[in-house]
Amino acid sequence: MSCEPWQCAEIAATKKANPIVKPEIAAAIIKKASRTLLIVGSGATESWMEGKQLIEYLIDFANSSKVPVVATAHMVGEFLKRGYQPAGFMSAMDIGNRVVDPEWKGLDGKGRYDLVIFVGLPFYMEELILSGLMHFAPDQKTMTLDNLYHPHASWSFPNATLEVWATNLKVITSKFEGGQ
Amino acid sequence: MTTKNVSVKIDELKTSNSLIKNLQVSIGKVVDQNYAEPMGPTPMPSLTALRDWDMKLLTKYKPFYMPDCDLCCLCTFGKCDLTSGKRGACGLDIGAQSSRIVLLACCIGAATHTAHSRHMVHHLIEKYGSRYPLDIGGLNIKVEAPITRLVTGIKPETLGDLETVLEYAEEQITQAIAVAHTGQEGNNLDFESKAFHVGMIDHLGMEVGDIAQVSTLGFPKAEPEAPLVQLGIGSVDISKPVIMCIGHNVIPSVGIIDYAKDHKVDDKIEVVGLCCTAHDITRYYNRGRIVGPISWQLRFIRAGFADVVVLDEQCVRTDAFDEARKVHAPVIAASEKNCMGFKNRTEDSADEIVFDLVSGKVPGVLILDPELVGEVAVRVAQQVAPLRKKMKNLPSLGEIKQLAKTCRQCNMCRRSCPQDLKIPQALKAAAEGDLVPLTDLYEYCVGCGRCEEVCPVKLNVHSFILKAGEKFMMEESNLCRIGRGAVQDVEIRNVGSPIVLGEIPGILAVVGCSNYPKGGKDVYDICREFASRRYIVVTSGCAAMTAGSYRNSEGKTLYEEFPGGFEAGGVLNVGSCVANSHIAGAAIKVANIFAKRNLRGNYEEIADYIYNRLGAVGLAWGAYSQKAAAIAAGFWRLGIPVLVGPHGSKYRRMLLGREDKPENWEVYDARTGNKVNVGPAPEHLFQTVETPQEAMVSIAKLCIRPNDTWKGRSIKLSHYVDLHKRYYGCMPQDLHLFVRTLADVPVTLRDEFGKILEAHDWKETVIPDPTLLPRMIRKVKD
Repeated sequence: MSCEPWQCAEIAATKKANPIVKPEIAAAIIKKASRTLLIVGSGATESWMEGKQLIEYLIDFANSSKVPVVATAHMVGEFLKRGYQPAGFMSAMDIGNRVVDPEWKGLDGKGRYDLVIFVGLPFYMEELILSGLMHFAPDQKTMTLDNLYHPHASWSFPNATLEVWATNLKVITSKFEGGQ
Repeated sequence: MTTKNVSVKIDELKTSNSLIKNLQVSIGKVVDQNYAEPMGPTPMPSLTALRDWDMKLLTKYKPFYMPDCDLCCLCTFGKCDLTSGKRGACGLDIGAQSSRIVLLACCIGAATHTAHSRHMVHHLIEKYGSRYPLDIGGLNIKVEAPITRLVTGIKPETLGDLETVLEYAEEQITQAIAVAHTGQEGNNLDFESKAFHVGMIDHLGMEVGDIAQVSTLGFPKAEPEAPLVQLGIGSVDISKPVIMCIGHNVIPSVGIIDYAKDHKVDDKIEVVGLCCTAHDITRYYNRGRIVGPISWQLRFIRAGFADVVVLDEQCVRTDAFDEARKVHAPVIAASEKNCMGFKNRTEDSADEIVFDLVSGKVPGVLILDPELVGEVAVRVAQQVAPLRKKMKNLPSLGEIKQLAKTCRQCNMCRRSCPQDLKIPQALKAAAEGDLVPLTDLYEYCVGCGRCEEVCPVKLNVHSFILKAGEKFMMEESNLCRIGRGAVQDVEIRNVGSPIVLGEIPGILAVVGCSNYPKGGKDVYDICREFASRRYIVVTSGCAAMTAGSYRNSEGKTLYEEFPGGFEAGGVLNVGSCVANSHIAGAAIKVANIFAKRNLRGNYEEIADYIYNRLGAVGLAWGAYSQKAAAIAAGFWRLGIPVLVGPHGSKYRRMLLGREDKPENWEVYDARTGNKVNVGPAPEHLFQTVETPQEAMVSIAKLCIRPNDTWKGRSIKLSHYVDLHKRYYGCMPQDLHLFVRTLADVPVTLRDEFGKILEAHDWKETVIPDPTLLPRMIRKVKD
């Protein structure tokens, strides 16, 4: 496990994400948040762990935790194919641009999210959007569920193998059985 | 246009109380224009002349900054930490700093194109004279330089006239760079406005360059049926000496081709190009070949095809010399901007230089005389080819399998790869004798070589990928249409009405570099999808090459499958980087030729027209450069949205509209002065798309414009819905924002639209005569 940015040249400056050393910590942070949003990028169908695609782990998590999902790029179709209706779909830049806006009231119009979770975007895109939020929405808490360390998030898992990633996602999901 | 330098020189003047000697006074130029069109309000605009227009756009499309660096280290007060709202020692915050970086990128891009054009104009005036007439398309083109007319108010007629245009452009770039100095501009939107300004200047610089070379060098002159040219290394006869020219400035290549022709050896050597020089070589020379886009420089040098490598300017790998030396290919640097540390041999005789290069006494030379470049390159290629015998710098397949066993699986190659390619896994397989995973990387590798730089056991990973994919490389033989140059006036007349009314659903410009996220096939697929839907598809630069690099089920390339005219379903390659100006030029000409709007110094009105009426979108799927940033900025100021592929997010700033904020989408109805909500049309001005599927849906949506007739809107919505259903698996949820009257709804989709309109409590609105400019409102009838 390493807390170096996954892409070597992506050096953080004075702020660096707190490492999530155990999946239980991620689950506790999500439980503590009152309004959480999960943003899922196009990599969700590109990673396979133990014979399952990442998107399937995320659907399990979303169903358990009831955390609403925004699908970026063409991912909405991939969710629908698997019988899951995301709360919204829009481009990664659009959702980033809404999250950074202090006046945005969320997908349901009920107010801002106090925790925004990213997973599955191309590393550099996710990194840049997290940087935008770190700088321009400094009070916004962010987390990633990737197995790649993202220094610009508030919390990030360290770099990890696919096996560890699968375990982390399963443990987080298990903490929400019965709802958030 | 005629210009006069007015200068007074007095050698000696005695007056009652003074003696003046050697006095020289120059008062610049007196412009004598025979150009009947009335001058608009902003000829040769200064940095702030179009600021109000920029702010109108920037209010709708607010910057979304994503800093790539938390610090500023541009002055000695720094480094300054700008995180979380902190200001630096100069008082600048991260928003302004981010926009300052955007401005600097655009300045670099604009300076690069303009300096390129300046070099060509200098050279061509020296060769052909300043009175040499400009001819862009004979009788087919009356509006020869739409950007120049629009921005400067000048109607250039001769090569010499272009110098006045360049002087203006150079001044503006200097002013804009000055803005980026510490302690100058402090507001992010003002930085953005200046980036727009420099983008406009960039288009001007590009136009000057391309019309100069089209007029003098015998390039195709706005020819829809410009010939097809061989594309790919598989099309090169490598049994002959090969001269490979890399870069963007064709002048040294012209020297090579002319020498070869004059000495009747043009059939005995191959002159091939890589990157935009390739386009311009083929526009000049029917034996020229395009070997590929910018990112393949290492590929072609290491594969040993080139007997001489000629480097001109822009996008040249700075280690090209080191790479060429490894395959014993002499290098000729031919640009003042790119001397590569070589000794300047411009004043030496060709015999001496040829001897030194062939004997290996020196591995490379700097030659700043294109004719001398020509002679040296041809003679050296002929003499070196039999000696080096296409020496490669690639390992054998057996060596790869052995060397791969030394891989430590440290993952550094993958973590340095911009594509996150699974190199460690491929090396593991190679070590076990299976080269297929390594071969599979060939298509997706952008050729940066960073994997080799970080490898702790010094494996030449990129060479492994090239060798594994060598069979594909050798078979790459496709077709590209030679860059045609400008769009004819008659073509504009033919399509002006259906474009503006929306019946041709849009113009898609697929441009830019080759930093593709997953190979080039996406470019081909996107072009083909929209050409099949009868959009007008325009290509340029590396994207134009990539578009021609794949074939359909009948074995036809895109340029064989679709016509080359500016027409519904046409796929036209305008040419090299500087030919991008013809894409902006075509948009401007629609406003001028079809809509009869005055061009001369009338930027704001024309941009307002284009923004509200012309369903045009740029897609730079693999944009990487500062030039691409400047080109995009020029389109933003014209009100034309630009999409970039995922790597384009690294431009660090998007210009995004907010579909959910109806107050952003009001325009004036020029007929009444009333404000009308026209919906998010277009939704964004600069946007990163993550996948090709998202690109296709976004392109269709971004072609929607307030001025669409109900018929045009219906056609555009049909494409948007169809692509959305295909790639997103569902109906779009924002259709109520684009339906103004029920006539806008495609007939076959009435039921599906009906549900969405009902769910959103949709109400009918009017189709306005849209404008963002209050001065365009006609007098309201009492």
